[in-house]
Amino acid sequence: MAEEIKAGCARPTGGPVGEKAKTKEETQKSTDKEVKAMVTVGKKAPDFTAPAYHKGKFISVQLSEFLGKWVILCFYPGDFTFV
Amino acid sequence: MSVDSVFVHKMWNDHELSKMVEGGIPFAMLSDGGGKVGSVFGVYLEDEGVEARGRFIIDPDGIIQGFEVLTPPVGRNVNESIRQIQAFQHVRNSKGTEAMPSGWKPGKPTLKPGPELVGKVWEIWKTSMAFD
Repeated sequence: MAEEIKAGCARPTGGPVGEKAKTKEETQKSTDKEVKAMVTVGKKAPDFTAPAYHKGKFISVQLSEFLGKWVILCFYPGDFTFV
Repeated sequence: MSVDSVFVHKMWNDHELSKMVEGGIPFAMLSDGGGKVGSVFGVYLEDEGVEARGRFIIDPDGIIQGFEVLTPPVGRNVNESIRQIQAFQHVRNSKGTEAMPSGWKPGKPTLKPGPELVGKVWEIWKTSMAFD
């Protein structure tokens, strides 16, 4: 029988069943990735493009299009997640 | 921005958010499937597959002036984000000659750092001014 999952802000996710434990090399790789992920105040925001929904239309947004304006960039766990 | 698709963003806007905000969400709702952008900004939670509540203030030169990151169960404070933008705008307009003390908001005095102010902040700024 399917297990009931608790509703919360973090959306439940799937993944491969019986995934192998990470090898030492893979663990090292993910550490390298975390180092690259550093963003710092006083430094340039990394540019990106992303699909978006805006006033009835699906659009593509690029951060650098907003140079010359103040930008608030907000991340959140997921649509319909209560908070 | 979240890991949801733009289709889910549309459904959330149309069926729930537009009932909270007249006319629906006025800004772009960005989609970051796989958390690629979130990873670069350090807010993607790999184990949960979602993004934390990260909020970045980016100035007109594309420089990150501030950020705040919360775990999923607690919401942010919009007034505080607006206050911080107003403070950074004030600093920018003063070309960096003014600094904004703790709790500053429009109408409260600013500080003009310089040799004369060293050791004298206590004369013009009281701790009570840090609070609303």
